[in-house]
Amino acid sequence: MKTVNILLSGVGGQGVLLASQILTRVAMAADLDVKQSEVHGMSQRGGSVTSHVRFGDKVYAPTIDPGEADFVLGFERLEALRNAHYVAPGGVILYNTMRINPSTVASGVATYPEGIEERIAAFADRVYAVDGLGLAEKAGNVRAANTVMVGAISRFLPIDENLWAAKIREILPAKLVDLNLKAFEFGQQAVAV
Amino acid sequence: MAEKAILSGNEAIARGAFEAGVQLAAAYPGTPSTEILENVAQYDEIYSEWSPNEKVALEVGVGSAIAGARTLVAMKHVGVNVAADALFTLSYTGIKGGLVLVTADDPAMHSSQNEQDNRNYGKFAKIPVIEPADSQEAKEFIALALELSENFDTPVLFRTTTRISHSKSLVSLAGRQLHGQPQLEKDMPKYTMLPAFGRLKHPVVEERLQKLRAYAETSPCNRVELNDRQIGVVCSGIVYQYVKEALPSASVLKIGLSYPLPTQMIRDFAAQVEKLYVIEELDPFMEEQIRLLGVEVAHGKDLFPICGEFSPQLIREKVLGTATAVNTAADGLPARPPAFCPGCSHRGIFTILKKLKVFVSGDIGCYTLGALPPIQSLHACVCMGASIGMAHGMAHVLPDSDDLSQKTVAVIGDSTFFHSGMTGLLNAVYNRSTSVIMILDNRTTGMTGGQENPGTGKTIKGDDTIAADIPAMARAFGVKEIVSLDPYNLQEVEEVLRAELAKPELSVIVVEAPCVLRYRVSKPPMQVDPEKCTGCKRCLQVSCNALGLVEEGEKSYVQIDQNMCVGCTVCAQVCKFEAIS
Ligand SMILES: Cc1ncc(C[n+]2csc(CCOP(=O)(O)OP(=O)(O)O)c2C)c(N)n1
Repeated sequence: MKTVNILLSGVGGQGVLLASQILTRVAMAADLDVKQSEVHGMSQRGGSVTSHVRFGDKVYAPTIDPGEADFVLGFERLEALRNAHYVAPGGVILYNTMRINPSTVASGVATYPEGIEERIAAFADRVYAVDGLGLAEKAGNVRAANTVMVGAISRFLPIDENLWAAKIREILPAKLVDLNLKAFEFGQQAVAV
Repeated sequence: MAEKAILSGNEAIARGAFEAGVQLAAAYPGTPSTEILENVAQYDEIYSEWSPNEKVALEVGVGSAIAGARTLVAMKHVGVNVAADALFTLSYTGIKGGLVLVTADDPAMHSSQNEQDNRNYGKFAKIPVIEPADSQEAKEFIALALELSENFDTPVLFRTTTRISHSKSLVSLAGRQLHGQPQLEKDMPKYTMLPAFGRLKHPVVEERLQKLRAYAETSPCNRVELNDRQIGVVCSGIVYQYVKEALPSASVLKIGLSYPLPTQMIRDFAAQVEKLYVIEELDPFMEEQIRLLGVEVAHGKDLFPICGEFSPQLIREKVLGTATAVNTAADGLPARPPAFCPGCSHRGIFTILKKLKVFVSGDIGCYTLGALPPIQSLHACVCMGASIGMAHGMAHVLPDSDDLSQKTVAVIGDSTFFHSGMTGLLNAVYNRSTSVIMILDNRTTGMTGGQENPGTGKTIKGDDTIAADIPAMARAFGVKEIVSLDPYNLQEVEEVLRAELAKPELSVIVVEAPCVLRYRVSKPPMQVDPEKCTGCKRCLQVSCNALGLVEEGEKSYVQIDQNMCVGCTVCAQVCKFEAIS
């Protein structure tokens, strides 16, 4: 199998790393070689967070270069735009439309840009905007927006349907499993492939 | 089939220590090394600790190794500077139980104050350097490094970079193997480095290096992958992965023991390829050694940068000359830097320091974020513990003045104070400093994710222990009066600071306020009355991510995110219109 490259981007505290974990564990269960890379340290303090996930028969580099991501999975729209140039020709951008003000905007140093959705759309032919926040709320908790996005991307990945629920059950604490399975399903339904 | 797990490099190092029978592990936190000890601490078979700084961690390790136990010590790259004094003479004494010092370097400075290449320490201290290229190797090479340490009676430097430490890949797991029972043996010429014994040891170290050179030729850490002979690449660590990705058909000499280098292996490899490339991040560490052999290097640092990280794309571009056509990144986007958490006790302090326009002699911790906009009030930051010494030096050379912009306030956190601020304070007392020193005690090592430290009353395992008492320590040093203040009361912060800055003597302010993130401190969230809010943005200057400006046509007002706000009231205190309550 050709290596699949997924670039995840969001804001510290949004669960980007948990989403990466679900993706890597699912790929591992599918008997693929997997690598994942992130830079943490400042992530808890509301900074930008990116995570690279790659899987296939044999994976060398743990990171993805700009222009080489089969998927850009954005957890917040400004962060999706910031990393949209990672998408490969013919690749897909999926992103959560929610807005989180960066500290520079919150403090009035900068303004939150207008027209983000149009700018993202210019980067790829296949772009899916998902109301991650709304769907997570519908599933029972706004914090499950990350799992909604995992559900959305699952529609595009060549991986056995059943592995997803199995891994979500394994990774998440028991009391959060049902909620996240629901969030996952809402995410799946949100994208028409 | 062996059990497999997906582990980060740091998790794999911890696993390697467990499997190889390590009995003691010590560290001081520092990105990207922190998770090594956090993971070692999960194994009850290994005694683990957070030491107050890297030098102490290494000294603890030296003791354990002299007693005969297999030992792991871990730190970030700059930590080795702190531990270097112990390291250089440990190279002379050698060990009994294997000792591996992990240094996690940070090319690109994702979360560091410099970009030093710690492979240089191997050459400088005359000890072997091992570099894994993925998590499986990180685990295997720990066992190998311990053996090397024991076989050659030397500490081993185990060097990772951020992309090794923080990348996950598949690792097959094994069980734990023990290596003998520690026991003390008195051997003064070996362990007591008086000049007379040291003089005997130096030639032993030089001989050891020669033996290590011979070993390097057959070390399982180094391997040749012959392929197309047009291009041959010498590389190590994460760069190996980038090279395989970018130049799948090239021949590769993969170096896992980067000091001392396998010279014959390099000569043979060079003779078999048309063009030899040496591709390495940061310093031309291998390249210079290879050129010294008289081996012709077609390209190295003439093509590749010394600063920053590499990527497959960079290597493709530099070696093949194929520039990848890539969309340019969206421009003009507001940056999203980290900021003080909502409710952080550092916010009020920096709001007032900014207002007073003093020179803030800073240190390293969450409070360093006080240098970022809009606060921008931390005017120097060099290394851990430096704030107090720097403020003391400034105060001694500056003329007496009432101008606050010519006065300094040192700001240091609890973990940093224990790390290396204590001696600075002792000096400030001893040498009659006139500075103002603020010790911000949030009861955690916050910046690196909230680890325990000598002041928290807990060990790395979460067990209760004695909590160091900072005011009592300052008193023991000779500080007469220790001032305390409530960092959430801006008026009090300002009054105390003004009063202390006016005094002609040393002033020590200890601020005790637990980290809101670590201890989940939370009060009911604040709210803005949109009728009273004039949209003046004054509150936004305290730099809180819970605040945001809403613009509705002509009118604008601030809104507070009810999920993020923890009710610290700092924003309300700066509001001129009593709009926040
Ligand atoms: C020599 C060295 N070791 C470790 C680090 C990593 N480091 C950066 S800040 C910090 C801890 C800061 O804790 P504290 O002073 O208590 O401040 P807080 O972040 O809690 O406000 C550490 C360990 C470093 N920069 N330099």
